[in-house]
Amino acid sequence: MDIKRRDFLKVAVGSGFLLAAGESPVYARPQKKMPPNAVGILYDSTICIGCKVCQFACKKYNKMPVEHTFRPPEMADRLWDNPTDLSDKTLNIIKAYKHGTGETKNTDTDGFAFIKRHCMHCVDPACVSACPVSALKKDPQNGVVSYNKDACIGCRYCQIACPFNIPKFEFDKAFPQIRKCQLCDHRFAEGKYSACCEFCPTGASIFGPVIELLKEAKKRLTLTLGEYYEYPVATVDSKFKLPQKVSAYINHIYGEKEGGGAQYLLLSGVPFDKLGLPILSEIADAQRTESIQRTIYYKMIAPVTLLAGLLYAVYRNTKDKE
Amino acid sequence: MIENKPEPIGGKIVTKPFLVFSLFAVIAVFLIIKRFIFGIGSVTHLSDGYPWGIWIAYDVVVGTAFACGGYAMALLVYVFNKGEFHPLVRPALLASMFGYTLAGISIFIDVGRYWQAYNLVLPQFSQLYSVMFEVALCVSTYIIVLWIEFTPAFLEKFKKERLQKIMSRAAFIFIAIGVLLPTMHQSSLGLLVYIAGQKVSPLWQTNFIALLFLISAITMGFSIVIFESFVSAMALKREPETTLLSKLSAYIPPLLGIYIAVRFWDLVGRGKLELALTGGLEANMFILENLLYIIPTIILLSPINRSKPRMLFISAILMLLAGAVYRFNVFLIGFSPGPGWHYFPSFSEIMITLGIISIEIMAYMVFIKKLPVLPSIRHT
Repeated sequence: MDIKRRDFLKVAVGSGFLLAAGESPVYARPQKKMPPNAVGILYDSTICIGCKVCQFACKKYNKMPVEHTFRPPEMADRLWDNPTDLSDKTLNIIKAYKHGTGETKNTDTDGFAFIKRHCMHCVDPACVSACPVSALKKDPQNGVVSYNKDACIGCRYCQIACPFNIPKFEFDKAFPQIRKCQLCDHRFAEGKYSACCEFCPTGASIFGPVIELLKEAKKRLTLTLGEYYEYPVATVDSKFKLPQKVSAYINHIYGEKEGGGAQYLLLSGVPFDKLGLPILSEIADAQRTESIQRTIYYKMIAPVTLLAGLLYAVYRNTKDKE
Repeated sequence: MIENKPEPIGGKIVTKPFLVFSLFAVIAVFLIIKRFIFGIGSVTHLSDGYPWGIWIAYDVVVGTAFACGGYAMALLVYVFNKGEFHPLVRPALLASMFGYTLAGISIFIDVGRYWQAYNLVLPQFSQLYSVMFEVALCVSTYIIVLWIEFTPAFLEKFKKERLQKIMSRAAFIFIAIGVLLPTMHQSSLGLLVYIAGQKVSPLWQTNFIALLFLISAITMGFSIVIFESFVSAMALKREPETTLLSKLSAYIPPLLGIYIAVRFWDLVGRGKLELALTGGLEANMFILENLLYIIPTIILLSPINRSKPRMLFISAILMLLAGAVYRFNVFLIGFSPGPGWHYFPSFSEIMITLGIISIEIMAYMVFIKKLPVLPSIRHT
């Protein structure tokens, strides 16, 4: 009897260690790679003029409603769209950073800067890893993270998981959905691309293959301050280029490595954390979590062994009673 | 020791407390209807930053841990063969059954697209590496297992002897599964927030969160058995099973000792313990949580204290509070989606939770009065 109980204890303690195993430098789930034909957006805060045409284009081409954050009586015509942050009605937003007198653009003290926020289309998205019903999926080819309302159960675990708070939920609807930027993938078939890039007048948002966007971003970091550079407009390979004066960049491409990498890359003259972007480790939270899950449930060996041990112990101990 | 067969305790169903509880239940039902017509936002203060509120933190995460009595007792009696505790099993099982069932109902109210909930088990949708998938599947299966484990009480009541025999032969299978499932999902409930990474304060975000949740759930299981035994004894004017409960409480200090050791060893190892001394809500809640763990551990270390009903009762309450505060800290206090987001439950949200607790207590009272659950009174 006692020997058997010890056997069970071994199993129990063994799986306890598995539960505790997490700090190992080797992850049970390997790092995810950028999809082969990954497309994305490069946003350059230094040349963004905050005109919000991208916000308007996003609403128009994704058929999203206008949002009234403030509605004083004189705006009762409901024509104005004035969201203050991303929401279930606003998938793309331009926000402003202002410090002190707010005089100089792209400076963090006594200056101002713009920031465009929407889904990062992470290489290893936490939302996709978290979703219990595969309602959020990353396209294996172009890497777009998209949502399927017919799969979603509305548990909102994607919202808990996303480090950028991107998925939004329709709390005021009886039959709600999750809303998020899908890079206008519904327009890809007609040869179109993200509306926010198509209508950006200065080239602050450009669309293209992530490899090309990264090359362009790295090139901009080597530019000389004060010189003129021909910034491509709308797409990275655009023939239409707009010469603009180069201002100082923070020597970092946000999204290149953050949280395991993303398909939305950002450049800025003001530190990214001041623009409201989180400081993240290069290891994706999805990778950490799945590593633990895959260790505990590796080929279901631990749970099955534990169950076998339990069945044996319970059988022995209830048999004695009769 | 002569085992006392469980018996229905009888008595009137509709009592004054029962009426008070039913008032809460009616209000909750009304608000739940409102939620289904006008959406979750119409009754809660949930937001895109705080998508989970007290329905998840209390009804599900704390609620199922409070409902670990059946799990903890099954572990002790059937796995570690401590048959002497057998009289405590059935009442613990009943409380677990209601705790989990109502947690299941709460989840159903909380999820936005409940009519598609069955997608979880459709192979084209199941996402096996999601922690939520595991929790959802384990919890729902365990609810069914608990009802099956409880069927002998119905069969005894309605004198179905053939079925009773079949059930008692197959019982070991359900008992074993009934130990496996909570081991899996009580640890995974902690792992749920692991993917939230830096959104959870380093005081709570740790690689050991699954282990900490599992150990604390088992101690909460023992504590709730002690707590419920005393409360039923008081409410029904019976003698509490002090001898048995004090023996049971002896298992708690070593378990909590391991918990506290892992908790602090991990914090010191990561160099985050100093965050506890920074003042502010998070730090103070951390201190409160750990005092609630340390005090009952010290009380129960002494065999003299363990033999005193008052000390047992106080320790049980402190440990239940400790587990509850720990879980609230992980899911709400220590969770920060970034600047600008705030959460405090709305009145309706709280009323729905209170209503669900009321339904749980009412159902428990009806069951112990009508079905053989509690051990019969010893006549000396």
